[in-house]
Amino acid sequence: MATMSFREALNAALDEEMARDPKVFLMGEEVGQYQGAYKVSQGLLEKYGEDRVVDTPITELSFAGVGVGAAMLGLRPVIEMMTFNFAILALDQIINNAAKMRLMSGGQYTVPIVFRGPNGPAHMLGAQHSQATENWFCNVPGLKVVAPSTPNDGKGLLKAAIRDDDPVIFLEAELMYNMKGEVSDAADYVLPLGKCHVKREGTDVTIISFSKGIHHALGAAEELAKVGVSAEVVDLRTLRPLDMEGIARSVKKTNRVVTVEEGWPYGGIGAEIAYRIQHDLFDYLDAPVTRVTGLDVPMPYAENLEELVLPTPRDVILAVNSVLYRS
Amino acid sequence: MSETQQSQLLCDAAATDAFGRERLRDAFQKMVGIRRFEERAAREYASGKISGFCHLYIGQEAVATGSLAALEAKDHVITAYRDHAHALLRGCTPRDTMAELFGKVTGNARGRGGSMHMFAAEQGFHGGHGIVGAHIPLATGFGWASRYEKRGDVTLCFFGDGALNQGAFYESLNLASLWNLPVIYIVENNRYAMGTGLERASAVVDLYKKAEGFGMPGVAVDGMDVAKMWEVTSEAVERARNDMRPTFIEARCYRYRGHSMSDPQKYRTKEEVEDYKQVDPILLAERTLHERGWATEEETEAWDEAAREAAADAADFADSSPQPRLADVGEYVYQTPFTWHPAEGTTPHKRD
Ligand SMILES: Cc1ncc(C[n+]2csc(CCOP(=O)(O)OP(=O)(O)O)c2C)c(N)n1
Ligand SMILES: [Mg+2]
Repeated sequence: MATMSFREALNAALDEEMARDPKVFLMGEEVGQYQGAYKVSQGLLEKYGEDRVVDTPITELSFAGVGVGAAMLGLRPVIEMMTFNFAILALDQIINNAAKMRLMSGGQYTVPIVFRGPNGPAHMLGAQHSQATENWFCNVPGLKVVAPSTPNDGKGLLKAAIRDDDPVIFLEAELMYNMKGEVSDAADYVLPLGKCHVKREGTDVTIISFSKGIHHALGAAEELAKVGVSAEVVDLRTLRPLDMEGIARSVKKTNRVVTVEEGWPYGGIGAEIAYRIQHDLFDYLDAPVTRVTGLDVPMPYAENLEELVLPTPRDVILAVNSVLYRS
Repeated sequence: MSETQQSQLLCDAAATDAFGRERLRDAFQKMVGIRRFEERAAREYASGKISGFCHLYIGQEAVATGSLAALEAKDHVITAYRDHAHALLRGCTPRDTMAELFGKVTGNARGRGGSMHMFAAEQGFHGGHGIVGAHIPLATGFGWASRYEKRGDVTLCFFGDGALNQGAFYESLNLASLWNLPVIYIVENNRYAMGTGLERASAVVDLYKKAEGFGMPGVAVDGMDVAKMWEVTSEAVERARNDMRPTFIEARCYRYRGHSMSDPQKYRTKEEVEDYKQVDPILLAERTLHERGWATEEETEAWDEAAREAAADAADFADSSPQPRLADVGEYVYQTPFTWHPAEGTTPHKRD
């Protein structure tokens, strides 16, 4: 094990995959000479040259499409979105081209592309630069969606995403880049997509989350343990496909569920999970599934309002109390 | 239409000299094949065998036929939804194209694509795309891949005059020039985007002039003349293959049918359509063949007859082909298998 920041772990994953496979290249705004807006691509230009670490003009729509076209011809592009707020300009390429090419052509193409970059609320950046986009992508068949919560997971999952033959949306919590953690130093550390991971074992309640939300969940579990509540924290890791088997294992054990996400509630990840649990696992539930989400407003700038909008460990504790019927 | 053409109703003489007897004979057969195929498709549409959008290329045949004749087998072609001709010219057969129109599993996209989404990936025909302008970045990506792997192949990217006002066009041509990509962008200027005349949509109507803003050559060409299309595209292909430089070609052409199958065509006059029929690309090629003694009337008639038969055979094949199996509705969504079902999380009885 080595201690690394989330940023360094992602950088290591990119570095290893680019070294392993000459078909892998990185493209996006400021990824090369500037070394990455968030420094995830630090050092890669010097190592791999400008054919493989490609600076683009500010043209999300077209460099996303260039990536899809290159992937259709067998390359393995990693397209960096400076942040996923700007991926909105590329949604047409991601949804109409990347996700659908395989079906539309009757299976004649695979599109092994990764769209990656910072996602989710940041600190005091205002409404346009601070939002969670995961549920938009999760709605689209043909895409896979990955949202790691630790440096270790970030490394193993990014390597898996690059090797996967389907288009993968890889979401890095913007506020986690400096977060440090232990990262496996196994020679080739790849985690499976589509499998959740129990981050903390418990018996009384299941808290399901992903990305930065996991840290609210773990914080809450820590506090709850002090008052005798044993919370299990399930990290989805991959949001699409959803690992319902893994979720069911935990729900059958605890019979109570809280979901945690930073995005808006309407049609969110928690909504999907709650539907599936009430349908598939109705008999195992001792309380309605309860969600913790961001508030249903565009992100305000003022610090106190931003704090109010975003979920906190305290919100998670209150939700857990409600499914346990304790006050 | 130019005055020379009006008086002679022939393909350009110098271009025809260079194109040559064999290629012109071949191009004529291909254009007639496409024309008869689409006429048959229109009939099948009227009888209800084909549904949805169905955009006919009738009138524009010389654009794709001439320009694709400039390619090698390793090259790439991509276009918008008006794609039957490009498909037939590049790897799709009349049978698998008609079957695709019928939504049958024997279609070139296994019945998953339809009129707007024809594909023959192995032969370098990459669709068939429905979002106006959105495939232009894909073509740019093919050029990128070509440069990245030093493959020496080139890409022809076709789109309509309507696509020229989309951001995707501007972004892509800028990138292709900036990065030296071997892509030839061909606007099929048929003067209308659905019912919107060019002059109501573009502040500059000499579309080829837009190339200057990207620092690449731009050229306008008579898109009704198959030999001329070949000549101009050949020059661009050479520039792409040898110098890794993109080109923008404006092919001035005309569609005789409506935009799709239900179009009352209030936006243009019957006279205008009749005028353009005087320079029908197939007529020009036919007269040129006869005038030069490169084909007899018996030959061109026999080719026409063969084209009708191929279209009829394609329709029979499509009609007698099976639809896709219901059990396969989840096919072709993901490459890497995992436990996923299209009815997951919804309507439980549809899982059976
Ligand atoms: C982004 C987008 N907007 C609108 C449409 C609807 N639409 C389909 S074809 C078309 C006209 C396009 O005309 P043009 O590019 O000139 O091509 P042509 O039909 O003449 O071949 C429109 C508006 C679409 N498919 N995609
Ligand atoms: Mg048009």
